[in-house]
Amino acid sequence: MSGRARKHALSTRLWHWLNLACVTILFMSGLNISNAHPRLYWGQWGFAAEDAWLHVPRFPGWMTIPDYYSLAIARDWHVLMAWPFALGLLFMWVAMLANGHFRRDLRTTRAEWRPAAIRQDVIDHLKLKFEHEGAKFNFLQKLAYGSVLGVLLPGMVLSGMAISPGMDAAWPILLDIFGGRQSARSIHFLFAWGIFGFFAIHIALVLLSGPVRQVRDMITGGRA
Amino acid sequence: MSGQDLSGQGMNRRSILAGLAASAGALVLSACAKVAESKVGAKLIASADDWHRHAQRLVGGRAALAPEFAKSDVSPYFRGNGSLTVAGDAYQAALASGFPDWKLAVTGLVENPLELSLADLKALPQRTQITRHDCVEGWSAIGEWTGPQLARVLEMAKVRPQANFVVFHCADTLSDARYYESVDMVDAFHPQTIVAHSLNGAPLPERNGAPLRVRIERQLGYKQAKYLTAIELVASLDAIGGGKGGYWEDRSGYQWYAGI
Repeated sequence: MSGRARKHALSTRLWHWLNLACVTILFMSGLNISNAHPRLYWGQWGFAAEDAWLHVPRFPGWMTIPDYYSLAIARDWHVLMAWPFALGLLFMWVAMLANGHFRRDLRTTRAEWRPAAIRQDVIDHLKLKFEHEGAKFNFLQKLAYGSVLGVLLPGMVLSGMAISPGMDAAWPILLDIFGGRQSARSIHFLFAWGIFGFFAIHIALVLLSGPVRQVRDMITGGRA
Repeated sequence: MSGQDLSGQGMNRRSILAGLAASAGALVLSACAKVAESKVGAKLIASADDWHRHAQRLVGGRAALAPEFAKSDVSPYFRGNGSLTVAGDAYQAALASGFPDWKLAVTGLVENPLELSLADLKALPQRTQITRHDCVEGWSAIGEWTGPQLARVLEMAKVRPQANFVVFHCADTLSDARYYESVDMVDAFHPQTIVAHSLNGAPLPERNGAPLRVRIERQLGYKQAKYLTAIELVASLDAIGGGKGGYWEDRSGYQWYAGI
């Protein structure tokens, strides 16, 4: 594998685009599912308006799959795309650990966590100065990619499984992790918007740092 | 890339990209609709819940138990959804007098068809379980259910080996159609699958399916058929209702396997 000669390994590129398709469909079908019962609770149970910690707004058709309210069709898409999403994430983690991408590019050092170093990174980012010598990613990028790959995406898989009554029977520990099915459902919703937040920033930074080259490199691999 | 590159064509590129992004959502939507309409796409979507069923039983085992809770976890009120009653004076009269004449028939592929009264069901060994009820819409409630295991009833009826599914027929109607549901033999003989006559120590409330409701504890609420009148054992679901195994499955395309 010529992962070192290229900016992005083949495994990274395949997963990146597969994951974009999965997350887009899961997010938009998820908003349709949210419309079925737009209230969130903490704990094991909850159904009444007075028990909700959040009354979620109704998402309009242009944001949802399908583009009209259908819990059945939205669930069809959601449970279908959960498969490539979860298996793709597993594949990416195995590939990242095997090809050194994680150790080389994503793992942070203690020095990077120093407040002064973090401040410098923030300043560089605000100045839209994206060239960083030596390392592929600066600290903020490592933090962003690490949070998405290590917390938000796997958190979606686990909290999604905790919402499923069949999985709760198979792996009751899922309920202990999240503190109940309704808590898992709340976290599923919050993490979904966390991923959307990453997506928005990610797109903005790609647009600011040579979008054509960035997209081309994520397709062809680019030069290291 | 150098900075000069951005200044010239940059704005142009950026507006093109913005346009692309704006139409991306619409693109995803129409692409999804196209896939769903195609033969392969429809098949793929229809089989996704089967993969989940196989995977869940693979990782948890066929007899994995749904979590059971403590009395202190029980919801103060158990929400009713879907049908909240059975139309007609006869039902109201029966409700008022404790359903002395209600019968649960066990028919189809059995050696020994049955007709059981509430008293017959209460004379069988009872199971009480505090479980979580999860609606497909997203909400949950916890309640304590009591009744005989469906397995005991099926043993009495002596199920024929050709039977693959258990169909639950109900007295209630939604939009003029009788409610019904079905499960496979794995869930039918699961130890937590009971024919419940009590909720939280009292006879089932009207809104929760009085006098009888089945509990399929590893699946969503629409599988928990209420106002139960008959249990039918069949080899195939094709000839039942619209052929998809349940009222909502036929009417709206809900997944037959509702463990997810």
